[in-house]
Amino acid sequence: MKKIEAIIKPFKLEEVKDALSELGIEGMTVSEVKGFGRQKGHTEIYRGSEYTVDFLPKIKIELVVADNQAETAIGAIVKAAKTGKIGDGKVFVSSVEQAIRIRTDEKGDAAI
Amino acid sequence: MKRYLLILGLIATTALSVFTARADDTNAPAATNAVAAATNAVAAAPTPASTNAPSVEQRLESIEAYFQNGDPTATYKDTNGNWTVNFGLGASIINTNLSNSIGGNVAYPGAGHNAWLLTSTALVLFMTLPGLALFYGGLVRKKNVLSVLAQCFLITGLVTILYVICGYGMIFGGTGAADKEDLIKAIVGNPKICWMFANVTSAPNPNYSYWVSENVYAMFQMMFAIITPALIVGSIAERMKFKAILVFMTLWMFVVYFTQGHMVWGINGLMNGCWNANAAIKGLDFAGGTVVHMTSGWSGLILCIILGKRLGFPKEPMPPHSIVLTYIGASMLWVGWYGFNSGSAVAADVVAANAFTTTTIATAVASFVWPMWEWIVKGKPSVLGFCSGAVAGLVLITPACGYVLPSGAIWIGIAAGTIPWFFCYKVKGWLGMDDALDAWSVHGIGGMTGAIMTGMLARQAANPNLATFLSKTVTDHVFQPQLIEQLKTVGVTLVLVFVGTIFCAYVTKMLVGLRPTEEVEMAGLDLAEHGEEGYHS
Repeated sequence: MKKIEAIIKPFKLEEVKDALSELGIEGMTVSEVKGFGRQKGHTEIYRGSEYTVDFLPKIKIELVVADNQAETAIGAIVKAAKTGKIGDGKVFVSSVEQAIRIRTDEKGDAAI
Repeated sequence: MKRYLLILGLIATTALSVFTARADDTNAPAATNAVAAATNAVAAAPTPASTNAPSVEQRLESIEAYFQNGDPTATYKDTNGNWTVNFGLGASIINTNLSNSIGGNVAYPGAGHNAWLLTSTALVLFMTLPGLALFYGGLVRKKNVLSVLAQCFLITGLVTILYVICGYGMIFGGTGAADKEDLIKAIVGNPKICWMFANVTSAPNPNYSYWVSENVYAMFQMMFAIITPALIVGSIAERMKFKAILVFMTLWMFVVYFTQGHMVWGINGLMNGCWNANAAIKGLDFAGGTVVHMTSGWSGLILCIILGKRLGFPKEPMPPHSIVLTYIGASMLWVGWYGFNSGSAVAADVVAANAFTTTTIATAVASFVWPMWEWIVKGKPSVLGFCSGAVAGLVLITPACGYVLPSGAIWIGIAAGTIPWFFCYKVKGWLGMDDALDAWSVHGIGGMTGAIMTGMLARQAANPNLATFLSKTVTDHVFQPQLIEQLKTVGVTLVLVFVGTIFCAYVTKMLVGLRPTEEVEMAGLDLAEHGEEGYHS
């Protein structure tokens, strides 16, 4: 099993979710995060006080897929989240040792 | 050790005040006693042998005075001011059983005028709770939002107590007649007058209004006394101990606010140009440009310099945690300010109508101009700009609203959107001090600008009361003598504020210290001082 973590631009979430649904991948965990890579921050001005804000809002999607699904899932995410402009984000892949479905105690691939 | 000394001090002060109160039941100052005795003598026997009942004509004139906001007793008195009727013989608007804090024989309060002042009082309270609380609350960081709310509520209760004990009397007490020659009495109020709100009843006090109950007027003015120290919170937000605020505000009310209020609004005040024929300075301040905004704004400046900058300022970003709350607060301030400005006519009359109009125009224009400057200079009009513009407009029109015409209000609005904006955007940066929520730029500078512009834009046509004592200074020109009087008023105010605030700040620092520890300030005041978090998500 592989865990896929994708940091994407917030407005791309719906597109990525739909692209994964088409592949039959329905489960994922989503969190609101802040971060930056090479994309510069922005400036906010409050009554004359200027602040450079380095951190930008992003969305992190985490999902665990079977080994044979990993490549297609990653491809779908990258295609859906790409805008071609700086700040599109990154995808990280790691191995998962075990997965358990809490309701039925199923383990391994049956659990995801 | 310090804490025990403080508690002992508080007990001692309370005990002392109780004793003084007891003593004063028998030791009322001679002047007030004499006048009260004279009025009571008149009240006890309106006319030695008068068999005159109030005639229908007289009663009609008395009621007509209601519409003109005039004196209902005038028709019953001869040229020497003696009563010419016996009220026991016929019904009348005058009630010999009614008396106020300066003596007896007054009219019942007038329904419409009283109703407007009752409403205005509620509106001005609404300005503090929650208008100002939210306006400021949204501008601070999340970890300090509750501290702002707490400070506003603390000040509400604290000032009410001080005001009811002796504050009202210090500002508005006395008759004026016997006190007019006394310079000390023109500057500093007397805490023994109306001690513990004695004799402040539902009868009007003709020194301030013929038709509004004195207790209503007192409550109305109390809301001003409450919001003024609350404005100071804007300068020292996020870095002053709750205990220090309690001690400082207590001292400051006596040293600065009650004194300034007395000088500008007291019937025998040094700078009460509109109502005191013997005022040494013919100052005009309709609703508190000097009393409320200059005192709080400039005090804020001094205090924030003495207090020092917030930890991390200016490198660490400290943006407002909720412009949404600030927007709600600013809007509430505008609505409530109608009570503040228009209610200061102390009647529902032509002056109130004009004040309402000028307030609306100046505020709306300012709220337009400020973001326009932002758009031009910085490229984007901000929501905070709209809010700040509106508040600045309200501040500048405050001393002027009852004295200028709508055309003057437009100029004041433009100035309000420009001058405080400039101070926020440029001057504050040049000076480098941490006026956290811009109380000085908006209220200090704004109040001062408004007071000066009142001198230039006051017109006889705007307010019939200007003709009484000010026909020589308000001559309907931009550079009229009234401008000089306003400059003098501003000067005296600044001296009082500087000296008074420095004194109060250092006494507070000595007694309880001013700043919280570095740990508390970094973690945020809410948890450490109030044991609460504003938001839990």
